[in-house]
Amino acid sequence: MQKEIIIAGFGGQGVLFAGQLLTYAAMDQGLQVTWIPSYGPEMRGGTANCTVVISDDEIGSPMVSRPTAVIAMNLPSLDKYEDKVKDGGVLVVNQSMVDREVKRTDIKVATVPANSIAEELGDKRMTNMVLLGALLANLDILPVEAVEKALRDHLPERHHKLLPMNKEAMQRGGTYVAAAISA
Amino acid sequence: MENVTMQEQLVYDRPESMASVQTHYCPGCTHGVAHRLVAEVIDEMGIKDNTIGVASVGCSVFAYNYFDFDFVQAPHGRAPAMATGIKRVLPQRFVMTYQGDGDLASIGMGEIVAAAARGENITVIFLNNANYGMTGGQMAPTTLPGQKTSSSPGGRDVEVAGFPIRTAEMLATLDGAGYVVRRSMHDPKNVRMAKKAIRLAFETQKNGLGFSLVELLSTCPTNWGMTPVQALKWVEDAMVPYYPIGDYKVNPALKELKF
Amino acid sequence: MAKELMKGNVAIAEAAVRAGLNAYFGYPITPQTELLEYLSARMPELGRTFLQAESELGAVNMVYGAACTGARVMSSSSSPGTSLMMEGISYIAGTELPVVIVDVMRGGPGLGNIAPAQADYNQIVHGGGHGDYHPIVLAPANIQEAIDLTYGAFDLAEKYRSIVVILADGSLGQMMEPAELPEMKEAIMRTPDWATYGSAGRERRFLSSIYLDPPQQEKTNFRLERRWQEIKAKEVQYKEYFLDDAEYAVVGFGTSGRIALSAVRAARAKGIKIGLFRPVSLAPYPEKELYELSKRLKGLLVVEMNAGQMLEDVLNITRSQIPVEFYGRMGGILPMPEEIEAEIDRMVNESAASDGHPRDRWLARFGKMN
Repeated sequence: MQKEIIIAGFGGQGVLFAGQLLTYAAMDQGLQVTWIPSYGPEMRGGTANCTVVISDDEIGSPMVSRPTAVIAMNLPSLDKYEDKVKDGGVLVVNQSMVDREVKRTDIKVATVPANSIAEELGDKRMTNMVLLGALLANLDILPVEAVEKALRDHLPERHHKLLPMNKEAMQRGGTYVAAAISA
Repeated sequence: MENVTMQEQLVYDRPESMASVQTHYCPGCTHGVAHRLVAEVIDEMGIKDNTIGVASVGCSVFAYNYFDFDFVQAPHGRAPAMATGIKRVLPQRFVMTYQGDGDLASIGMGEIVAAAARGENITVIFLNNANYGMTGGQMAPTTLPGQKTSSSPGGRDVEVAGFPIRTAEMLATLDGAGYVVRRSMHDPKNVRMAKKAIRLAFETQKNGLGFSLVELLSTCPTNWGMTPVQALKWVEDAMVPYYPIGDYKVNPALKELKF
Repeated sequence: MAKELMKGNVAIAEAAVRAGLNAYFGYPITPQTELLEYLSARMPELGRTFLQAESELGAVNMVYGAACTGARVMSSSSSPGTSLMMEGISYIAGTELPVVIVDVMRGGPGLGNIAPAQADYNQIVHGGGHGDYHPIVLAPANIQEAIDLTYGAFDLAEKYRSIVVILADGSLGQMMEPAELPEMKEAIMRTPDWATYGSAGRERRFLSSIYLDPPQQEKTNFRLERRWQEIKAKEVQYKEYFLDDAEYAVVGFGTSGRIALSAVRAARAKGIKIGLFRPVSLAPYPEKELYELSKRLKGLLVVEMNAGQMLEDVLNITRSQIPVEFYGRMGGILPMPEEIEAEIDRMVNESAASDGHPRDRWLARFGKMN
């Protein structure tokens, strides 16, 4: 078993932290995991991103050309990664920041108005958690509880008052289950 | 006939901190004087077993053979960095560099400025003889305007080679410097003043008052093409006017010291 | 002990701290700066020495001085900064001092960029400083290995009075993986019979790399070479993957080695009998092991993030007894597993080239890309 997730967006959208949460959760589950931030050639193009590889065996490349899943938090990220998602993979799109339809029909697509949901919850910073919830609902990789636990364990103490809101954000995101692949 | 008992009175001996070997320095060179002054000060302070010297590259490259305490030998210009490494892990030891003008004021200017700016608690003995002695008398950053050397055969042309560096004055501007002075060794009075300055430099280190440096105007009769006496005279007549003897930075606490 | 999630640069720094690092001197340069930043807080907290030097030249000479006293010392940098350290590295080697240096390689030559590369191989493994000397060079491919190699590097350095270089690249410095940290040691200050820490109670000593008398210098050179022979016999490290029944193998170190592992697995899934040979000690290189392996293979593919620097060593070791191909990315670009997989396919399916140098063939295939 190996799954690769790329999370991409603008700097400040919590891209790197969302990836780290997945990484912590995978580690706590006893899985092998790597996290690598946008770095080198990936730094071009106006997106910040990170790649998380989760496996039950020693991980080779920490970077992948064809990830199992992508969270695209803005339009440039969707443009960049839509074609790269592995056939049958998962694409989670932040609808709030994207003004076009997803073209691929051979992957599972969850379109989530994450900014709006986060604002409804009262904190725009929850956008990444909404999208992470959607990813977990569509990709069989980690239970939501594992990520919640990772959040509890690794979120700085001073932010712990935000734990319930984070949990709710993931739950709201988790309701966006992609339709079955049409083709 | 009366029986006369002669009481031997020792008036001059090799300091304990100097190794019992012959130096390679040229006749009339003042490196030997500077070595002796440093050794006397270290003896008088009783810190021989507690001192680590850093030799540089140039005529004083073999300084580690002449001083009878622990020594290391640095790459060209890097003695202040090496001394920093030693002092930072052994703050209770005395650490001294012994550097010439090519080493300190040319290739090692970065290291000496940074060490002084950090207030590195080390003592630097800096010999200025207005040329590169070891390699045969080339132009140094300290070579005087118009001075002929093997690489400025027509005399130092400041339009081409720029101006000499007054190191002591420059380093004295740095807040990290505790004691920065210039002395000369061209006559007995100045030699005595030089020794007192070296003592104060080590006292600066002892009292944790920051970076200390004594610039010593020195002779190089061989490369200058002079007799030893002419060389001493040239220091007095040509070098001292350009490089005035003086105290450029003295931490006020040093004035209170009794020793 | 529980695993922790750590960035490579931080993991290396903490491993050094736990190994009893007494003093660190460094200068900021991307992509290793987190190492220096981490130690700027961590070392003083433990009452140990941290100093940000004025330059890499300053840093390496501070390390040189501190090593003379018997203290456990380290510096770190990235390619351009490591170039600047070469003077000090040669002096440290000539003075026979134990020092650990971390080089987190980036794209070059020149200022290059801050992306990962492996183009310091020649500079580090085959010298870079002047004179005959051999640093021990260890190339981790993951965070746990980076920790373990750094932790052990100090003992190795002290055992042989040698420089040990941890040769990583920017991606390893920046990535995070769970890893276990070793036991914490107090700051180590040794008093070996060569160290200069003040001569109380003993004869005074001096440490220098100068031997003005050529026969004395040659004697020292022979001593260094004999010591290197011993290191070569005892300190080789490497990792093998799927080599038991392999007909082909990829050779790669560090990050390119681990990326190749993904390609090897993909090729295996297609039925190609291929394995991976990953040297961990680049100096001493696992020469015997690679030579023995090459005798039973049909072909080797060398993969590096440079223009074939280790390739020359592999060619030398395998002595033309099997075909060798090369694939490299340069300038800060990581090779992707699919690219390596395509090279594996080509090696297996096309008849082996017998003409020219593998680098020439690689350039003929890819050199016109840009």
